[in-house]
Amino acid sequence: MALSYLRSSSSRSANLLRPLSSAASLRRPISTDTTPITIETSVPFTSHQCEAPSRSVETNPSELLTFFRDMALMRRMEIAADSLYKAKLIRGFCHLYDGQEAVAVGMEAAITKKDCIITAYRDHCTFVGRGGTLLEVFAELMGRQAGCSKGKGGSMHFYKKDSNFYGGHGIVGAQVPLGCGLAFAQKYSKDESVTFALYGDGAANQGQLFEALNISALWDLPAILVCENNHYGMGTAEWRAAKSPAYYKRGDYVPGLKVDGMDALAVKQACKFAKEHALKNGPIILEMDTYRYHGHSMSDPGSTYRTRDEISGVRQERDPIERVRKLVLSHDLATEKELKDIEKEVRKEVDNAIAQAKESPMPEPSELFSNVYAKGLGAESFGADRKEVRATLA
Amino acid sequence: MAAIFQGVGAAAALPSSPSYSFDSNKSVFSPRRSFSVRKGASFAVVRSDGTVNLNPKDRRAQLLISNAVATKADSAAASSSSKPGHELLLFEALLEGLEEEMERDPHVCVMGEDVGHYGGSYKVTKGLAKKFGDLRVLDTPIAENSFTGMGIGAAMTGLRPVVEGMNMGFLLLAFNQISNNCGMLHYTSGGQFTIPIVIRGPGGVGRQLGAEHSQRLESYFQSIPGIQMVACSTPYNAKGLMKAAIRSENPVILFEHVLLYNLKERIPDEDYICNLEEAEMVRPGEHVTILTYSRMRYHVMQAAKTLVNKGYDPEVIDIRSLKPFDLFTIGNSVKKTHRVLIVEECMRTGGIGASLTAAITENFNDYLDAPIMCLSSQDVPTPYAGTLEEVTVVQPAQIVTAVEQLCQ
Repeated sequence: MALSYLRSSSSRSANLLRPLSSAASLRRPISTDTTPITIETSVPFTSHQCEAPSRSVETNPSELLTFFRDMALMRRMEIAADSLYKAKLIRGFCHLYDGQEAVAVGMEAAITKKDCIITAYRDHCTFVGRGGTLLEVFAELMGRQAGCSKGKGGSMHFYKKDSNFYGGHGIVGAQVPLGCGLAFAQKYSKDESVTFALYGDGAANQGQLFEALNISALWDLPAILVCENNHYGMGTAEWRAAKSPAYYKRGDYVPGLKVDGMDALAVKQACKFAKEHALKNGPIILEMDTYRYHGHSMSDPGSTYRTRDEISGVRQERDPIERVRKLVLSHDLATEKELKDIEKEVRKEVDNAIAQAKESPMPEPSELFSNVYAKGLGAESFGADRKEVRATLA
Repeated sequence: MAAIFQGVGAAAALPSSPSYSFDSNKSVFSPRRSFSVRKGASFAVVRSDGTVNLNPKDRRAQLLISNAVATKADSAAASSSSKPGHELLLFEALLEGLEEEMERDPHVCVMGEDVGHYGGSYKVTKGLAKKFGDLRVLDTPIAENSFTGMGIGAAMTGLRPVVEGMNMGFLLLAFNQISNNCGMLHYTSGGQFTIPIVIRGPGGVGRQLGAEHSQRLESYFQSIPGIQMVACSTPYNAKGLMKAAIRSENPVILFEHVLLYNLKERIPDEDYICNLEEAEMVRPGEHVTILTYSRMRYHVMQAAKTLVNKGYDPEVIDIRSLKPFDLFTIGNSVKKTHRVLIVEECMRTGGIGASLTAAITENFNDYLDAPIMCLSSQDVPTPYAGTLEEVTVVQPAQIVTAVEQLCQ
């Protein structure tokens, strides 16, 4: 508070000669400032079979700036991926996450790298949140050796074992039983960590989800099922696919929480709450009310089943990055220029990563046969001529 | 380049079990593309319960306009100059077939993900929801196991659903329903229930779609008793097979290919169907029989150009019917050329090619001058990187090499 007084007094002296940057030098460096700030989420939590956590979230300037930077990075990365796809450097399927960054970033703020995250095919930003580098992302998207899956997986198959990111799955809903399995392993090894199994509103109608939920509840697994509800399952709106779009209530006997998924602080609070709950009481469902600006994938324009007004409306009112920007500016944690500088920096980072990724070579032909089995079984694979190309499936 | 293929002789000419239903005792002209029944020709249909029906009074067969395709030998040249029919893309041909059948029979309905208001992820069902309403073109939630099961249940009562898997790979979630219910209910109920369902969708290796979206389900489904599997490859046979599949009383799985949807061709204006159990003679020849289906047909035809330049005369057959195999057509070809090359997109282990190799060896071993060669995809998950993906599937150059080796 003293800082803001200081600032306003210098502006009251009507000193147009004093540039803003000198005012900044009077402030503590924001990147390490951990004075706690309490911020209220704009939307309260709605709960099912449990008590909702408080709306007041504890944070600090450093964290807020990290939120801003990380989300700006993710946003820039996805937009760059869009251009690369149109330039045919990325092929096949490419599902972009822009608009939903707050979920990835808020979640990371509440957990450690010992906790597991597993998600579906809209995984670029979740991967980066887990510590993946931009080079790994772009190289994988372009099918190069430097990619996180050595170019063999593609957009839908990002993984990072050392930070417990389990992917990256193409078949809708199939990752949820996997996630409950991760939770089972965590309970088995008693290491006080939890699993966040992310899925979408389209996947919420998959039977395997309820099967896995039942087992998790029965066995008290530390599984947190997170429904990233962006309201559309490709072209089908949620009200046309689900009789009850209250996904947080779908667990019935499993408690649930509905969260404003465009508010990184609300996401952080909810994930913190969920982790504590899961470690004590077993599974819980989080429904993140979020939105994607792009279509389902790059081959879907995204405007045949929703109006452009809706998209731009959400962008104006609920954009996660703008929200944090407003918070930062209103609490005087940084200036507009500083934030713009961060965005410029981020843009440069992305461009550098793309340039580096473009230089990475395509995988060697012998890579076709590697990693089929964990240990070579001696099974041989022949090229079509059955003579020259002979490889042992490794 | 027309082919006149005479289906001659009785079933006895074919040393295989007559458990398939195929048309024998007929003479048909097969112009460039496919078979059609000449009006007034007598043909026999062997039914699944063993009875043989000569000149069936099948109302639907008589409604077919048999001169849908010209019966003249050089029809190929004629059709392009006189320009009958209309030109369209393969997905439009599928749409046309589906629409015509829905108009013809109110029991036909479509269910799948994003088939209705969205128009289908590959536009095969575009405009149908507007035309036929939400009860006949159903947008399902993402629950393949359930809606496939529901389609089979509805079929048991007499509805004729066309179930779409947005990608064939997603139907793995419905494997139980397809195998146990779709395939077996007719048998286990002692013939009481028929399942006139069509399960269709795009499969195969696309353009860098990743491992999970590049699957060839025909190799997984081929063992299921009680189902029929067909694979379309041209707009003509796409429409014909779609219509025949819908009209069939048996469950039919129609395999389309992700990369073939934009093929353009001129097809007849008249109503026509393609026989579900017949193979298509693409290019008659003398030196070697090349058996293929779906996308690999185009790789084979590309290789055929090179082969012709090198002096070979390959006979190319698009087997179309993956279950059961048209061993009649295939057998006649083997007897002529004595050399077989199978080119498929399935993986080497347990694919359609593997079964076909076994079937031909069992039935026509005496006619073979050389072991059957089978070119298949590699036994690996399809990688995302473009260069690796190319090496996964059979390329035309490899087909040329294989024929050269075979004909030595």
